[in-house]
Amino acid sequence: MLRVVSGVSLVAERGQVTALLGANGAGKTTTLECAQGLQKRSGGTISLLGQDPAAAGADLRSRVGVMLQDGGLPPSSRPVPLLRHIAGLYQNPWPVDDLIQRLAIDTFSRTTVRRLSGGQKQRLALAAALIGRPEVLFLDEPSAGLDPQSRQLVFDLIAELRDAGMGIILTTHLMDDAQRLADYVYIIDGGRNVAEGTVQELLQRNPGVEAGAEHIRTLEFEAAAGLDVDAVLPDGIAVSETRAGSYSVTGSLTPAHLAALARWWEEHNIMPASMSLQARSLEDVFLDISGKDIR
Amino acid sequence: MNGTAPGPAAGNAPLGGVSGIQQPAPLLRRVLLQGKYEALAMLRNGEQLILAVVLPLLALVGLTVTPFLDRIGGSRVDVAVPGILALCAMSTAFTGQGIATGFDRRYGVLRFLSTTPLGRGGLIAGKALSVLAVLCLQVAVVSAVAFALGWRPEPAGWIPGLLLLALGAAAFTALGLLVAGTVRPEATLAITNLLWILLGALGGIVIPAERLPAGPQSLVHFLPSGALGESLREAFLGGTFNGGAALILLLWTVIAGAAAIRWFKWN
Repeated sequence: MLRVVSGVSLVAERGQVTALLGANGAGKTTTLECAQGLQKRSGGTISLLGQDPAAAGADLRSRVGVMLQDGGLPPSSRPVPLLRHIAGLYQNPWPVDDLIQRLAIDTFSRTTVRRLSGGQKQRLALAAALIGRPEVLFLDEPSAGLDPQSRQLVFDLIAELRDAGMGIILTTHLMDDAQRLADYVYIIDGGRNVAEGTVQELLQRNPGVEAGAEHIRTLEFEAAAGLDVDAVLPDGIAVSETRAGSYSVTGSLTPAHLAALARWWEEHNIMPASMSLQARSLEDVFLDISGKDIR
Repeated sequence: MNGTAPGPAAGNAPLGGVSGIQQPAPLLRRVLLQGKYEALAMLRNGEQLILAVVLPLLALVGLTVTPFLDRIGGSRVDVAVPGILALCAMSTAFTGQGIATGFDRRYGVLRFLSTTPLGRGGLIAGKALSVLAVLCLQVAVVSAVAFALGWRPEPAGWIPGLLLLALGAAAFTALGLLVAGTVRPEATLAITNLLWILLGALGGIVIPAERLPAGPQSLVHFLPSGALGESLREAFLGGTFNGGAALILLLWTVIAGAAAIRWFKWN
């Protein structure tokens, strides 16, 4: 038996956004599909609104909304008739016109699903997941393919639904999504959850990998291309020219490091076009925990 | 996912201006809605329409103006129409429905709908219903054209004929689902189209078994195509009900249905 997910244990509460964060292939979608009753699990227990999703009937399904990673909408259908059809499967659906207006679906209501852009498809799939006014909402990679405007629209709606008491569980491999949306984050790696907490808790977490790692900061600056910045700083501080003229300096930076760099700039008459200093991001925490191997 | 206690979401703001615990629409309504939705999708699809209506009508006219079916024990059109009705059942239930289901599976439509109150059972029931609805339209159109061409069916043949047609549709629906649920949609497209031509021409559907070579002739009666084609001709030409053929169709339905339940992959 292939064990894709083994050792995931998580709780998602009403009125909260719970994020499953992980690289591609970490087991996020599999976990979600087991919770939705779409995949048979070989072991473990799942309780969704107090019931086992594997044995779910229409009653439970009517209280749960699902947005799949690939949308799952028929390519030849048009948005409005499709939403009206799905609305008919519920006793008290969300009024279709209201959802159409909130998710700006009226701007593409006459286009078939196959011709929609990625962001339009995502908004329609979200509307389809919401039409039953679910108590629990599963979103698999909700920000995939969204342009900045759609992203804002979708994120605002998710926050509003959370405040209205909906329990929202989403997967993402984008740290920014988790940082902006999630009340609680589970980091999934290799089919297990390896860390959990609020975003703040995870940022303050001592990874224990290297002493003082919580003080790791990144300095980024732009200057002329091809400078030998590496020679200025001691070992243990990583310098890279991410693209011509853009430099990234990462490590346990101290005031002395910054002073050395500034002196070197002065000696060589280098005036950076821009510079910024950042503390650890959720991305750094994530890379610390799940390693940097490409998988 | 513990912690989400069952019960009313008391104190929560209503969503979309509506509040209270959600309930599914009644099962019958869900299945009827899905049947209607799928039937309309089938009728709006140009290729499906060609397969379901245009090609059978072309075959009907072709068989009526050529001497191919002469000396079989009825006028050309009387011999041709039952086979064309059987062809319609195969078009819609097997090829059309199989291809649609195959691509729905590819695009995740089956997975999404099975998370809604419709569920897997409702989805399959809706598909079967849409096949029956489209088949009824096909029977109406083909009969109308056939009457215009001089079709005089045995009146006593209608009841056994329509019953056998429904049984045939059930067998071909089960076979279509089996193919669509086990291979890639491109393969489903190839297999169901190829079998439509092969079974239509050589499987006892349009061309009566007695016009086939001796070898295949004995085999054809055990195929769903042969059982349906032959028994429909017996019904509409002679007003008789072929119980053996009905049993063969039933067996194909049960076996293909069980295999589909066992091996159908939803994603």
